[in-house]
Amino acid sequence: MAIFSLWVINKAGGLIYQRNFADGLAQLTSNEYLVLAGTLHGIHAITSRLSPTGSSSGAQVIEGETFKMTILLTATGTKFVLLTSLAEATADSVLQRVYEAYADAVMKNPFHTPEMPIRSEGFDTRITSLIGTGQP
Amino acid sequence: MQQPHPRFSVLSGSSLSSAEHLSPTASSTRFSLPSATSINTALGTPKPGLRPNIYDRNLNKTRTSEVSASAFAFLFSEVVQYTQKRVSGINDLERRLNTLGYRAGTRVLELMVWRAESSSKAPKREIRFLPALMSIHTQVWRAVFGRPADAIEKSVENEDEYMIIDNDPPIERHISVPKDMNQLSCSSFTAGVVEAVLDGLGLPARVTAHHTPTQQFPSRTTILIKLDKSVLEREEILK
Repeated sequence: MAIFSLWVINKAGGLIYQRNFADGLAQLTSNEYLVLAGTLHGIHAITSRLSPTGSSSGAQVIEGETFKMTILLTATGTKFVLLTSLAEATADSVLQRVYEAYADAVMKNPFHTPEMPIRSEGFDTRITSLIGTGQP
Repeated sequence: MQQPHPRFSVLSGSSLSSAEHLSPTASSTRFSLPSATSINTALGTPKPGLRPNIYDRNLNKTRTSEVSASAFAFLFSEVVQYTQKRVSGINDLERRLNTLGYRAGTRVLELMVWRAESSSKAPKREIRFLPALMSIHTQVWRAVFGRPADAIEKSVENEDEYMIIDNDPPIERHISVPKDMNQLSCSSFTAGVVEAVLDGLGLPARVTAHHTPTQQFPSRTTILIKLDKSVLEREEILK
C-alpha cells in the first residue's frame, strides 16, 4: 500500500509535473522521466486505437509484478498518472482528487501558462495534503 | 489635492463615453450594450418567455444570490493575465488592478446605499471615518465576499494609517504568485474597492494591499489605508 509517484502529462505528451512520494521505484533523472512520459503518451495513443468495438478511452491501468500505473485521461487530453503498489485500491479516487486540485490550483492561477510545467505552490500544497509529503 | 491620480483620467474617460451611449443613435462597437430596441421593448410589456433585460431587474432580488466562486476565479485569473500583458512591472500591475477595483467599488457603494435606503427604516450615511471603516470591514466585505474581514488595526507609527486584515482573501484563493514577483498582491483589486468606497463617502485615501503571511494563514493580506490630510483635519474639527 504505497503511492510512489505522480505524473501529469500534457496533451502533447510532455511531462509537466513529476513528484515522488515513497521509495520503491528506481530513481531516474528528470530527462529519463521526460522520455518515459513521452513513451507512455505514445503507448496510450496506440491502446486507444486498438479497440475492436469503436472508440476507446485507452489504457487505464498498466500492471507490473511490483507496481501498477493508473492513468486518468481528462476530456482536454491531459493525463494524470499515479504509480502505486499493486495492493493500492484508492488510486482512482486519488487521481480524481488530483484532477480537482489541478483544476483549482493550476488552471485558476493567472501565473500558470497552459501546457507548460506546473510551478504552482498552491498545487504542491494541495498534493502534499492529498498524498503526503514528498521527498526533499 | 496632490498630483492627479491616473485613475481620474480613467473615470473622466468613461464618463465621456457614457455620455456617448446615452444617445441611442451613437453607434459604438466597443461596448456590448443591448441595442436601443431591446430597451424600448423592456419598458413596455415584456414578451412572454423572454427573460427581462438585466437592467430592468430588481436590484434587491439579487441581494442574497451568490456568484459561483469558480466562475469568478476564472474571470479574475483572466483579468490578471490580461493586465499583466499590458504593464511593465509589478507596481504598474498593482496600480491597474487597483483602478479596476476602484471602478467596481464605486458601484458597490452605490448599490449598498441604494439597498440600505430601500430596506432599512433609518438609512444612514457614514460621515466619520471610524464608523465608515467599521462598515467597510463588515458590510462591504459581506456584500462583496460573503463574510466580514478578519481584523481592523491602527498603525502605531503613523496616525493616518489604518489596516483591514483578511486572513484568506477569496479572490486570491487559487493564485500562487511566482517567487520572482513576491511583492505582488492581487488584492490590489480589493484595495481599489476600499479606496472607491472611502472616496465615495468623502474620505479620500490612498489604499494599497500587502501580502503579510503568517504560519497559520499563508495568504493573509493587509489592506493599508493612508488617509488624506484633509480627512484627519476634518475629523479633528468634528470631535
